[in-house]
Amino acid sequence: MDQKLLNILAELKARGLSKAQEQKILAEIRYGGTHGVPGEGEVSTSGSGGTVPGNAAGIYDYHDLAVLQDFSLSLENYHAGLRSLDELLEKDQQREEDGFPRKIRVGRMIKPGKGGKDRVVVVPTTVEEKFIHDKPKPPKEDGEASGGSGDGQEGEVIGEQPLHSPEPGSGTGPGEGDEGSHEMESSAYDLGRILTEKFELPNLKDKGRKRSLTRYTYDLTDRNKGFGQVLDKKATLREIVETNIHLGNLPDPSDIDPTRFLISPSDRVYRILSKEKDYESQAMVFFLRDYSGSMLGKVTELVVTQHVLIYSWLLYQYARQVESRFILHDTSAKEVDDFYTYYNSRVAGGTKVVSAYKLVSDIVESENLARDYNIYVFHGTDGDDWDTEGKETLPELKKMLAYANRVGITIAEHAGTTHRNTEVEKYLNKSELLTEKPQLIRLDTMREDSDEPRLIEGIKKLIS
Amino acid sequence: MELIDQHTKKIMEDCKELARAAGLRFQDESLEYIVTNRDLLEISPKVMIPTLYDYWVHDVEVLREKGKYELYPGNPYETVINTRPAISFYNDNNPDWLNVMIFYHVLGHIDFFQNNIYFQHTWDYDFTGQALSDKRVIARLRSEKNKWVDYVIEFARGIDNLVGFHDTLSRKNHVNLDRQSKKLNFYFDIFLQSVIKARINVYVQEIERYNRCIDENGALGQDIFFSEIEKKHPEFATLFQKSLVKKPRGRKDLLQFLLEHSEFLNKEENRWMKTVIQVVRKTSLFFQPQIRTKIMNEGWASYWHEQLFLKDKRIKGHEVEFARVNAAVTSLPRVGLNPYALGMRLFFEIEEMADKGRYDYEFQRLLDTEARKKFNADTKQGRALIFAVRENYCDSMFISTFLNQEFINRYNLFVAGKRLNKSKMVWEYYIKSRNVLDYQKMIQDSLYHPPHITVKNNGSGKGELYLVHHFEGKPLVNEFIANTMMGIEYLWGKPVKLETSVVASQPGPQADASASGISSLMPGAKGMPEIVWRRVVYTMDNRKLSKSEI
Repeated sequence: MDQKLLNILAELKARGLSKAQEQKILAEIRYGGTHGVPGEGEVSTSGSGGTVPGNAAGIYDYHDLAVLQDFSLSLENYHAGLRSLDELLEKDQQREEDGFPRKIRVGRMIKPGKGGKDRVVVVPTTVEEKFIHDKPKPPKEDGEASGGSGDGQEGEVIGEQPLHSPEPGSGTGPGEGDEGSHEMESSAYDLGRILTEKFELPNLKDKGRKRSLTRYTYDLTDRNKGFGQVLDKKATLREIVETNIHLGNLPDPSDIDPTRFLISPSDRVYRILSKEKDYESQAMVFFLRDYSGSMLGKVTELVVTQHVLIYSWLLYQYARQVESRFILHDTSAKEVDDFYTYYNSRVAGGTKVVSAYKLVSDIVESENLARDYNIYVFHGTDGDDWDTEGKETLPELKKMLAYANRVGITIAEHAGTTHRNTEVEKYLNKSELLTEKPQLIRLDTMREDSDEPRLIEGIKKLIS
Repeated sequence: MELIDQHTKKIMEDCKELARAAGLRFQDESLEYIVTNRDLLEISPKVMIPTLYDYWVHDVEVLREKGKYELYPGNPYETVINTRPAISFYNDNNPDWLNVMIFYHVLGHIDFFQNNIYFQHTWDYDFTGQALSDKRVIARLRSEKNKWVDYVIEFARGIDNLVGFHDTLSRKNHVNLDRQSKKLNFYFDIFLQSVIKARINVYVQEIERYNRCIDENGALGQDIFFSEIEKKHPEFATLFQKSLVKKPRGRKDLLQFLLEHSEFLNKEENRWMKTVIQVVRKTSLFFQPQIRTKIMNEGWASYWHEQLFLKDKRIKGHEVEFARVNAAVTSLPRVGLNPYALGMRLFFEIEEMADKGRYDYEFQRLLDTEARKKFNADTKQGRALIFAVRENYCDSMFISTFLNQEFINRYNLFVAGKRLNKSKMVWEYYIKSRNVLDYQKMIQDSLYHPPHITVKNNGSGKGELYLVHHFEGKPLVNEFIANTMMGIEYLWGKPVKLETSVVASQPGPQADASASGISSLMPGAKGMPEIVWRRVVYTMDNRKLSKSEI
């Protein structure tokens, strides 16, 4: 067990902690995972009997083309056969007008690549609903039975599979099923447009007028003496005049004879290509994600998916002029560079929400962001916080509300917990910030098994 | 999509000859196509039937996680399709020796399609041909009715897994009694037996009298025979007339019921919908046997590609490559169920057992383990038996009849369980059971089995449709109920009710969710409380779903 975490626990205990809370914290400490992006040089530790590759395949997962001819689909060009997303969505809207529920869902899978985080994968999906048998629900700790063969006694463990990455080594992160999916790439901007138009996410009324420096353009603005791309005649002339004044070669300023000028090589001023800050970005979004041990499984997926959707929506609202920062936290917080890392980092460790809020404030302060940006903060968590009464968190949150345009907190509750009874929700309600400043802070609580329409509903709640 | 070249076709024809010699039976013609990735993208959503009707869902990635095979009985990536002639699809760069093996596998499938009685209703026509004409019909309707065609397809597909597949088969196998006249059948089968309850000697006397009449009077014999009866039993004629009034025969599945009895569908302006529904129903019926014979079909094909290719001289020089491919196809996975491996081993097992006469009574009576091990009556009935099995069985029967403890022991099979180890935060796979009954149950549970839902006339007179789900220990997927019922309501035109079972109480999650430690070391040590079920009725009225208890 991590000594540092245990120290924190001891500290918390000294301040008073209920039995259940202590249990929760201990469970997180015991979970000895590490953060990290799956598939990045990590060797998966094998269990006593070795790992079991992938999920156990069932009878109907086998088929001739793959088994006999090793023929599997390459999926890149799938969208060639697809109708455009717009067309499908239009059809879907038509359904609503005809009085039938919508059937197409968008954006089940988001897989931002490492570079160019602008790309997201949009998968129009649907399900054909029929009367079919449900699998009788096994208790939570029991997976489905399957077949097998080989040696071993009854009861013997023959392999194990890490819980947090259902497909070991595949490095695909949450949301990726084991079967190949037919994907359609689209930019986050398009997704934002679709979200705004088709799912009726609100348009931002006041987008703010602050302009700020984030983008770079390249222009011939820098000056250089002696060599360069374009001669800056005016500047050069000024230099020459100056040189000649120093040389005493310009006796009468009212009667200048340029033909007598002496020209030093360093008098020639050229323009050269330079990186310039551009004055256009308007919004700064902080995405905060709890990646503590308690965030195992579906909750993380929900939170990140919602963040992608929010990001896309903001991107559209601010006509691409959105800057995003990604912050992960357990008991301490760190900023990561890109969405890929943000999205794929594994969960482990304890939970201190305050660390993330503090980091946001620090960044805002040190970079003086509040002056130039509309600042949005979205925080995804399972509602668990070691700081059970928010004694540290709430002051930090209030500080954040002073400069942020909107703070949106998403709580994805684990199944099997009482509804609306998480630490974060409790202390937020107690603080009455939600009712006092509804324009600044919003809370959305959803269950672990929420689907995508629910996610979009949640976004409406967070940003409206 | 193009046909394979002449060289490869020649290989196929040679394979056919050898396969026939080994006892497989199939039609002469077959079509082999080379498919590219692009072709595959197009036809795989259409279950490899290139001429299947267009439907927008085929253009969308479908969420397949949840019981995908329960929703889609057709395998999207099958190599052979059950058409006349049978069509098979190939990668264009298979080496010749591999093609030989694949062709034998394919011929195994074709033989299975054309001889297994579960496919009986597909024998008399070519599905691709019919599908093409259906596709045109739907395209034409779509040009007139637009999106409404898609709605009807959607709603019909919502219940297309409830088609009466077995009813269709039993009608196919209906014994034809009509060689004799209806009157004669009625007299001997019903009138004598149930109306006047004649004793056996009277019955026999009547048969003799009938035969005498025929012998003496030829064509007029029957009339003379009956004139006598009508004198003796004046009520006979009326009773016979009454019996002729047609009674509805056979059960009707939900789609058929809607087609016949829905006032909405039978309105003049809605009659076109019936055509669409018929197409959906026919398509679904066509795919039904495939998914019910997956283990047998793949096992049979694997059995034959191994048997035939090993004896084929074209294997020379490719033995090792064959061994590798064959092992990849038919090896038993450590965890998982490979239908090729399981089916093939079962066929080999059956053949061996029958060769030794171990399905005979003499062996069944034997109790001594040693004697059982050594038993060999050398009856050589193996081949004959496996051919009979491939003709008459489906997966479920195949497993329950032939999979026994000896087979489990021989191949070291077990039921693999999966459980959460909370202290290590991993899923553990463990050997749950090596008992044949558990193993059979595990397979039976994973086999395709749509719910049994029938129409009940409850005589409430309000014209609502009352459906009864005959509960078999598994509830229906809850979130699908609303939209499926909405579809039925649309097709029926009036409110629809569904009676089904839901969980009344389920054992709650044990203790605190974060309590640490391995949940249970021994499988089954924790006594699982029984789930209590409760009957409820869902009502779909005006696109609104409500639920009430019975």
